[in-house]
Amino acid sequence: MSENKKPTLAIIWFSGCSGCHMSFLDIDEVLMELAKKVQLVYSPLIDVKDFPNQVMITLIEGAVTNEEQLSMLKRVRAGTDILVALGDCAVTGNVAALRNAEIDGDFAVLKRAYVDTSYHNPQIPKGVPKLLKRVYPLHEKTTVDYYVPGCPPTSDNILYVLTELLAGRAPQMEKISKFG
Amino acid sequence: MDDEPIELIIDGIQVSAVHDATILEVAKQYGIYIPTLCDLEGLTSFSGCRLCLVEIRGSPKLYPACTTPVTSGMEIITNSEKLKEYRKICLSLLLSERTHVCSVCIANNNCELQDLSNKLGVDHVSFERNWTKHTIDSGHDFLVIDRNRCILCTRCIRVCQEIEGAHTLDLKNRGKDSQITIDFDALWGDSCSCTACRKCAKVCPTGAIYIEDELISKTKDKNVVSFLLKRRMYK
Repeated sequence: MSENKKPTLAIIWFSGCSGCHMSFLDIDEVLMELAKKVQLVYSPLIDVKDFPNQVMITLIEGAVTNEEQLSMLKRVRAGTDILVALGDCAVTGNVAALRNAEIDGDFAVLKRAYVDTSYHNPQIPKGVPKLLKRVYPLHEKTTVDYYVPGCPPTSDNILYVLTELLAGRAPQMEKISKFG
Repeated sequence: MDDEPIELIIDGIQVSAVHDATILEVAKQYGIYIPTLCDLEGLTSFSGCRLCLVEIRGSPKLYPACTTPVTSGMEIITNSEKLKEYRKICLSLLLSERTHVCSVCIANNNCELQDLSNKLGVDHVSFERNWTKHTIDSGHDFLVIDRNRCILCTRCIRVCQEIEGAHTLDLKNRGKDSQITIDFDALWGDSCSCTACRKCAKVCPTGAIYIEDELISKTKDKNVVSFLLKRRMYK
């Protein structure tokens, strides 16, 4: 059986702290077994330029905060069968969305990061993707199939979701997952 | 005649109750779980959170279990699919109303709103969230109120009025702008009626009222009301 027959898995990192990725890696030795079952086609650690077509499962960590992520999300949705919102940022917006309370939140965070707290040559950078006025959880911008809340979701939960999806079942998150 | 117990059915179980008992009280007696958030044993119920809604056979309406008295021959359903869906919607609305970010909240893992979301299967909020910028008052020596985390259950107001007898806390404004106020909209540090009894922090279901420099797990004590009432020899 060739490599390509395996179900494909993609993991994406939007505006989050990468804690969900860490939690994913915390599956530890079971990752080896998981690696036998799936082919990882896209992740922050894989050097692939474009998001592939026909991915079976995509896990997305983080909220949508800029235009690049927004177009990426549309691209991912088009190429994915099962899209999973991984972690509180993807599910609710979480810390990234705290700037939504400000009227000019997009400008306020840039100013805080690059001007107010900068001692050398303070200026708002140019040429980086434009921030959206508001931070969105994934389901406000596209359709999401499954939600895995948690900050971060426990590695047991991530493994459970992947195992269930690979077995063709729908994961039941009720009572095992929680916000925060 | 009034001493005769009332016979009724909850979830197919034949139960008997005294007059003036509410559906919630009877269900609790028989170990039938109905989720609640604003209700607290010992305080006046006011059916605010709508999580305890139940169905009564023969009526198209839903009834809040905490304030609906039982009557003879009632047939009550507490856990239909319709109710589960409605309770999820209620929780989603509560979560979307203000800035509820569990990961940076002092009450993380000690929050009734968070626990219920988990228990009732709210894994996301389909409504667009309000990211509020309500005021935080940390002017008191140790009591802090963060109105962004408030779900307006009014437990603090009721405990302050009914148990402590101070009535320092109250509500102002309407709808989504409703706020817990201290005295006549004063700062907590300037309050002349607050006795600093901490009961508001003990009964707060979320992280809206808390005590500075104290573990929230140590602060929270839902049983403080029934404990005090027992000590005061009420029923």
